[in-house]
Amino acid sequence: MTHASEDLLPYQGERGGSAQKKQGMLQGLMRSQATFAWLLIAPAALYLVLVVAWPLVETVRLSFTNANIGGEAYIGTANYEKLLSSRKFGQTVSRTFYWMFLSVSFKIIFGLIGATLLNAAIPGRALFRMLVMPPWIVPVAIGCFGWLWLYNGHFGIISGALQYIGILDGPFEFLAYKQSAFYSAVVTDVWVGLPMVTIFMLAAMQGVPRDLYEAAYVDGASRWYRFRRITIPQILPVIITMSILSIIWTFNSFEIIWILTEGGPRSATTTLIIDTYKMAIANFKFGQGAARAVIVVTLLSVFSLVYLFALHQIKKRFEAA
Amino acid sequence: MMDRYSLPHKVFLYFCVVLFLGFILLPFFEMFMTSLRPLEHLFRSPYQFWSDDFSFKAYSQMWETVPMLPRYIANSMLISISVTALALAFVIPAAYAYARFDFKGKSLSLGIFLAVNMFSGAVLLIPLYKLLRNYGLLNTYFAMIVPGAAFLVPMGIWLLKSYLEKIPRELEEAAFMDGASRLYTLRRVVLPLAVPGLIVVGVAVFLSAYAQQFLFAITFNSVKEFMPLPAGILEFIGYQSVKWNQMMAASIVGILPVLVIFLFLQRYLVAGLTAGAIKE
Repeated sequence: MTHASEDLLPYQGERGGSAQKKQGMLQGLMRSQATFAWLLIAPAALYLVLVVAWPLVETVRLSFTNANIGGEAYIGTANYEKLLSSRKFGQTVSRTFYWMFLSVSFKIIFGLIGATLLNAAIPGRALFRMLVMPPWIVPVAIGCFGWLWLYNGHFGIISGALQYIGILDGPFEFLAYKQSAFYSAVVTDVWVGLPMVTIFMLAAMQGVPRDLYEAAYVDGASRWYRFRRITIPQILPVIITMSILSIIWTFNSFEIIWILTEGGPRSATTTLIIDTYKMAIANFKFGQGAARAVIVVTLLSVFSLVYLFALHQIKKRFEAA
Repeated sequence: MMDRYSLPHKVFLYFCVVLFLGFILLPFFEMFMTSLRPLEHLFRSPYQFWSDDFSFKAYSQMWETVPMLPRYIANSMLISISVTALALAFVIPAAYAYARFDFKGKSLSLGIFLAVNMFSGAVLLIPLYKLLRNYGLLNTYFAMIVPGAAFLVPMGIWLLKSYLEKIPRELEEAAFMDGASRLYTLRRVVLPLAVPGLIVVGVAVFLSAYAQQFLFAITFNSVKEFMPLPAGILEFIGYQSVKWNQMMAASIVGILPVLVIFLFLQRYLVAGLTAGAIKE
């Protein structure tokens, strides 16, 4: 400790003060702790107020106007009424939920499977763990250009391979048909999100105390039983955290769909985010776009509250046990 | 004993690993193979798995097809580095405050910061567009840097906070006792000790910034000279045909820097990133 203090030469002059004075100074500093903390936080807070909070408020305000490229006027809840009575918007919402449900389930299920595989004591696992990561760190847009080419009907490898083994009898454009375009987008979204889910679940699995497994093993519990009764409950908080993060990201997922299909064909891949973007940026209908954005934000807030509640419940149960 | 696998079990495990990694790596494999083929070979039907003259020609031709390519790559780097610097300037003091001090409203304000993670830029595009226009930042580098950094600040605070909490307090207390100001202590005592954590957080922010340039670039910037690579790559999609082999070659060149950074730092990155979420 003395060593560290001797590095602070510029302050040597103040060293001579009496013990009492030092005590008073320290108390003064303690009292100003909160002030100092807020001073440190202020720049970040102001920045986010400007770039996130203000735009959020402005979005809410715009949603009550008919803002477009020409100007804006207050029109009350007309935008929302229009949305709620629109069948097309209803379809977009249910499509978004279906998209989210499929993608998140796959990410969690395959993330669990992947983490279990990478956690198994087999030679080469250090390498395998590394090879999982690329989709996570590579620019999403670039990965999507790769998938765009994979899905090409005439020249892409997926259509080619399926023809080769006889499942398809001719070229198939995955992104040209409503159904296949939707599921192709899901696959790519899973691909982008899977590595992170896998790695976090793996990290959680590594944190499970080994003696739990050993005790169960001695008692003759099978691998499946140990997985079900030890691994899953132990990593449950991480599973829940990963689920909510995946829900938020899948809900917000823009680049993947935009690059693959721009929401087409015939709106088959238009999720709420894509719809919002198209309305606001492509059609310059800021007011109607904002109303959609407000709905997105509201839904995301609800998901997050549910998440906090679930996590709280689990913590309580853990503490009780 | 517990970790021993029978032979069929082992074969099954490896089979599953191959399937899993096959899915993860398929696009990269196909991108690389495509980049090696002459364009005529790509446009053959039925699909052919093998071409007889693989070459690296696309990697030299791509610079002629899209002459701005070096500029796009440099832009990507410049934007990511600026985003990282800007984000860290906000993250470091805030993370220190959350790691060290107890004050009223601490957990509430931290929660509000983390709630920012809920929103993607895509939801806030309209007012962000107006904001950037009002400040004359549209169609400049700042149009991509300013919003880009904002959405990474919460993640940075969270990661750095968990790292700073592990640094013993005694060193700072000793500095206080000697009369060093709090700011001085932060600069001269805490930051030097936090360098490994700062690197992890910095690299994590950099990688995220590099990965997420597309949306802000296509929305807030229409000047070719400022485009980052993910948006610039669209130029390979021409009116007549798509030069897929060169596009894939450019993509591979574009992802190489992040792969290299990641390869060197992956152990620290994964530990640093997962630490915050796993510990309870």
